[in-house]
Amino acid sequence: MKGFRYLRDVVTLKLDQATCIGCGRCLEVCPHQVFSLAEQKAALRDRDACMECGACALNCPVKAITVDAGVGCASGMINEWLRERKLRAPGGNCCS
Amino acid sequence: MEWLETPAGRVPRIASELGLKDRAGACKARWGIGRMSYMVPPGLYAIGHPTPDAPVLVTANYKMSYDIIRHTLAGRNLWLLVLETYGINVWCAAGKGTFGTGELVRRVTATRLAEVVSHRRLILPILGAPGVSAHQVARRCGFSVGYATIRAADLPEYLDNDMVTTPAMQRLTFTFYERLVLVPVELVMALKSVAVIGAILFLLVAALGGPAAGITALLAYVGAVVTGVAIGPILLPWLPGRSFSVKGAVAGLAWSGAFYLLAGGAVWSTPAIMALLLALPAVSAFHTLNFTGCSTYTSRSGVKKEMGIALPVMGGALLMSAMLLLVGRFL
Repeated sequence: MKGFRYLRDVVTLKLDQATCIGCGRCLEVCPHQVFSLAEQKAALRDRDACMECGACALNCPVKAITVDAGVGCASGMINEWLRERKLRAPGGNCCS
Repeated sequence: MEWLETPAGRVPRIASELGLKDRAGACKARWGIGRMSYMVPPGLYAIGHPTPDAPVLVTANYKMSYDIIRHTLAGRNLWLLVLETYGINVWCAAGKGTFGTGELVRRVTATRLAEVVSHRRLILPILGAPGVSAHQVARRCGFSVGYATIRAADLPEYLDNDMVTTPAMQRLTFTFYERLVLVPVELVMALKSVAVIGAILFLLVAALGGPAAGITALLAYVGAVVTGVAIGPILLPWLPGRSFSVKGAVAGLAWSGAFYLLAGGAVWSTPAIMALLLALPAVSAFHTLNFTGCSTYTSRSGVKKEMGIALPVMGGALLMSAMLLLVGRFL
């Protein structure tokens, strides 16, 4: 995103080009222009710009895209971590 | 309330002008007042006098989202399908799945939309895409999904331009103003923990060094929180580093320096100054790191990585700071 870059080489986004049918849906839903399309195949143009929202994977009709999408705020993740270890009662989230 | 007769029953016609109450409601929600119950009933609404071939726009039932949409579309004839997202905005609801394939299909069926309109096309906000699977919607209810724009403000141009999304309409931003409006609610949400931690801090430091020292520590702490919650996010692009905790720590360091000058730090002991320089940046860093949840470009994996490194460092800094204060007291 213009003026902002987050950490390098961390995102879990994967694209299987062999499966891709070149429909272009991923380009349509991605708010960070991560994908490009050439010769009926999508490609990862700017993988580090991905924020793992999961829109591309959910809207890919042939499941060529995978990404570990989910809540990305620190307090939400701390709560998640505490709940997993039964240190905190369920419910209550940063943005629930 | 005015009503529009359709083959599927009466549809409420909604006003596109926002009243004082709507504006005051939005302002209150920005400060966290009644924010979690600021909603409108889901269902189908008419803006203007839509005909069966008028476009159908889809949004969430957070009243602020609904208000922005109807206000932006003033003077047009459209259908507005409001999904039940329990008062959460489109993007957050999409992340949770409530603005999702299931609810969209359910609402299309419940409102008998297929009888109201002659076409089979739904227009969705781009930020709804993390919850909606377009091909599943088409398969399950026969309506095709088009993702229009990120911002409601671009909808008029989109509609006038034969429903073509320009590159600018699908480019996410995080402008000064977009960051600024998020700060009030973040401050309000931090209040509870600040009150508890601030009280404990005051009592501990007052027990060690007297009430004046307690008040100094409390002011330093509250300032570090405000720096992390407000200053860090507002100055985000200008603070160094990619990591939010680094940005927060830098802002916190600046606050430590400012506080040293403001509170007459020249008379403080060396251990106390060192404790201040360790603890305040750690507190600010934690709160700015938490702002990743509000940001429009951070990834979950990135936050996870950052937390793995930053949380132990912050914990260590706070521990050392406490030890320095104790040692300084008994030297």
